[in-house]
Amino acid sequence: MPNILDIRRRIRSVINTRQITKAMKTVSAAKLRRAQEAALAARPYAQMLTNVLKSLISRADVYDPVTGEPFHPLLVERPEKTVLLIVVTGDKGLAGAFNTNILRMASRFLQSKLEENIDLECIGRKGRDFMRRRYPTAPQRPDEALKNSATENEATENEQTAVSLAQRETEPAPPRAGRVQITGEYVGVLGKVDHNFANTLSQKLIGRYTRGEIDAVYILFNEFKSVLAQRLVAERLLPIKEIGEIDVQMAEEPTQEERQKRIEAAKSTGVGMRRADISAVDEAASTFARSPVDYIYEQPPRQLFEGILPKYVAIQIFRALLESIAAEHAARMTAMDAATSNASDMIDSLTLAMNRARQAKITKEIIEIVSGAAAAQ
Amino acid sequence: MSNTFQLEIVTPSRLIVQEAAEEAQIPGASGYMGILPGHAPLITELAVGVITYRTNSTAHTLSVAWGFAEALPDKVTILAETAERPQEIDVPRAQKAKERAEQRLKSNDPELDYTRAEGALQRAETRLNVAQSAGKEK
Repeated sequence: MPNILDIRRRIRSVINTRQITKAMKTVSAAKLRRAQEAALAARPYAQMLTNVLKSLISRADVYDPVTGEPFHPLLVERPEKTVLLIVVTGDKGLAGAFNTNILRMASRFLQSKLEENIDLECIGRKGRDFMRRRYPTAPQRPDEALKNSATENEATENEQTAVSLAQRETEPAPPRAGRVQITGEYVGVLGKVDHNFANTLSQKLIGRYTRGEIDAVYILFNEFKSVLAQRLVAERLLPIKEIGEIDVQMAEEPTQEERQKRIEAAKSTGVGMRRADISAVDEAASTFARSPVDYIYEQPPRQLFEGILPKYVAIQIFRALLESIAAEHAARMTAMDAATSNASDMIDSLTLAMNRARQAKITKEIIEIVSGAAAAQ
Repeated sequence: MSNTFQLEIVTPSRLIVQEAAEEAQIPGASGYMGILPGHAPLITELAVGVITYRTNSTAHTLSVAWGFAEALPDKVTILAETAERPQEIDVPRAQKAKERAEQRLKSNDPELDYTRAEGALQRAETRLNVAQSAGKEK
């Protein structure tokens, strides 16, 4: 017969666990809300940037009129010999299958590119740990080591990295550590992600891309439109195929079961499931640089275009980071919601078992008394 | 025609200003320009500098680093990579950044990226200027 005291002790411990998971759920819900707001706040800028670029395309002679080939190196497609993949995971665990799913997809991506050399940039501790166990770290140039440490403490607008590009171009790239190698890792940047980080990273990528060290840049992350509309995507950042179009190369939709769990979690925490109303924001932004008038361009359109294009890459990275953060919090919220309800179920069944055991004990005692009394008569 | 225009200043992280302004001075890449209501449609790149704008006869200043602006007769939109109001500026940090940049410019290092160090110095100085000018007003 199970010991009543033992069962009671277990119940108490499960109650404690439930309290923790419940608290974590609430915290994640609050963080999710904030992350959603941040993602929303970044939209007007991104939209306006895209608009200016689009309106400049027609005037800036971006494409060769005869061959249709773009002039700007970031627009030119070339055979993919070396591919750079940015993997965005979380810094922390306890978020259900969030990190696992991303890393599984990363492995699939790597499987699909067996012919090419691959450079990895890992954002988030989980992804870094995973990749480090499998792939060697590339030998770093001294200036890039500086750059990485700069992004970790304070990337004050990239002031640490004052090395001339001309100088770098003459240096040959260091030999590869392997077909797949890690060229950068960023841990602890997700807590408070800022545009500077995205800017620094995009400058590094653009530099390597224009020097021909890499032929394409992909970013793999958990896209987050709302609690319901999420998926894993691998987008191509470079070369830019068409401005304003997201070039999705690979996507993985969540299963029905995952979706159901998310709905439950969102309901119980009161987080809105639908996409926030962004139409007003988007509308205001979409008129930017779109007026049907001839603008006076203070600088030659071409120069404007070339100044803005790198920022476009940065804002794409920024958006990916913001969405990934929101998705991570949503995943943790879902996981903790499931854990809380599991704990509740467990408490119920343990309470039932305890009551049964107690009833059995009482019955046994009564029988003993009754049969003792009967024997005495 | 109305004597104000709608001024919006947008950064990647937020919409920082959304007001009706009577006048704005913005640091265009080829020099400062003043914008009054009814300006001809214009698009310009921004340099590092100070935006000054007037609403109800009170002047406001902001420091910006890189961006671009669109001016329309009734609306001016400024996209800036960073834009800070004077009270938001982290003065010690700007001070430090300035010293660092100055040191680098003096160092005679052949590997020095001159434009970049110069840019950093400019940003730091602009921030300090904006922060100081606001301090005087108080």
